[in-house]
Amino acid sequence: MKPLFTRGPSPEFRLLLLVPLAIALIVADHYTNWFQSTRERLSGVTAPLYWITGAPERVGDWAGEQFRSREELLEENDRLKRQVLLLEQRSQLLAAVKAENTRLKELMNSAEMVDDRVLVAQVIGVSPDPLEHVLLIDKGRDHGIDVGTPVMDASGLLGQVIEAGDTFSRILLITDSSHAIPVQVLRNSMRAVAEGTGDLYRLKLRHLANTSDIREGDLLLSSGLGGRFPAGYPVGEVMSITRDPGQPFAEAEVLPRGRMSRSRFVLAVIGDGGQGLASE
Amino acid sequence: MQANSRWFIALTLFLSMLLVVMPLPQQWLWFRPAFPALLVIFWVTRMPQALGVGFAWLVGIIEDLISGASLGTHALALAVLAYFSLLTYQRTRAFNPAQQLLWVFVLVGIHQVVGNWVHGLEGKTVSGLTFLWPALTTALLWPWVAPLLHRLCSRLQVR
Repeated sequence: MKPLFTRGPSPEFRLLLLVPLAIALIVADHYTNWFQSTRERLSGVTAPLYWITGAPERVGDWAGEQFRSREELLEENDRLKRQVLLLEQRSQLLAAVKAENTRLKELMNSAEMVDDRVLVAQVIGVSPDPLEHVLLIDKGRDHGIDVGTPVMDASGLLGQVIEAGDTFSRILLITDSSHAIPVQVLRNSMRAVAEGTGDLYRLKLRHLANTSDIREGDLLLSSGLGGRFPAGYPVGEVMSITRDPGQPFAEAEVLPRGRMSRSRFVLAVIGDGGQGLASE
Repeated sequence: MQANSRWFIALTLFLSMLLVVMPLPQQWLWFRPAFPALLVIFWVTRMPQALGVGFAWLVGIIEDLISGASLGTHALALAVLAYFSLLTYQRTRAFNPAQQLLWVFVLVGIHQVVGNWVHGLEGKTVSGLTFLWPALTTALLWPWVAPLLHRLCSRLQVR
């Protein structure tokens, strides 16, 4: 065996050089977005790893689809037909309401309602870090997604894009402990801010006055304040409220509507139709 | 180092990166072994004259880019881990399997503590000693993975 440390600097020297470099990178990455574009460009290399490891699951799904029995398919077909009928009826009603709403808004000289354009994307991976709630989807800048694009599923808002590569993007879920979203109560339009807790099934309302009119079961919608999320999408439902007169604020726990850990397909809302109250 | 050694090392690292991002149920995420850390200990202990702190740092940067962690998190943790492995590789080689297992637990524990420190800096806090679970699972993997890799190495004449 060759003798140790014959070439190059000693391990101590390397450690003393590389540790401060790593710390500098961490601090720079945390406080600036210098590496954002590098990460986005490299996502074409890093994201396929998620895609590869997700393959067994997809094969299982595919096999499940292929080998389903005729009865099951017929049953599903029947159910879907009924659902389509129901939804069509509802959307007809909605069309009338929408026309009326647009007319009223025109009367009030307020902003025009435009339909949001949505894009269906598939979830291909989940962040390996248990402390962050990040999903990887198979759509990116090539499909019109940009940083900040809101993402939802059939039942509610999920989160927003934090990194948009050409064909892959990362989504920060609203339940991540670093995320907050402006909301309003459907019943009385009271505004609040819903913060993620790091728990997939819980949000909490921040700085809620003890006397505020909010009840268990209230539905929270995105308010559109801040201009990041479009207004009017369901965020969650109030589960419990703790009012302690000794505390300056009441505490409200919210169950998110979007199915954070179970959605295979998500909808990216591209081209917000100007429904937000503020723009950036 | 020969070309086939380079390829073999690259292959093991690629597999470990796949295992890093392999989907797991939410409640199992904490028990995922730190596969890159395991490999860094193995390779530094096996070829201390060729692989060391710089190698571990690079592996860490790649892991950061893939896992989406703050750039430098794993680079820092793995560089420190490699330094301690380098200091003790002669003793590690002489240890019996149980001692090795314990020592791997300590080394990966150091790696986890550094990672946890960076998480704390970012405001992501963990209660208690949850963050040490990967150290335990990695240590339990060591008695299986290390002999397997040693055998593959001698078969492929990796030096």
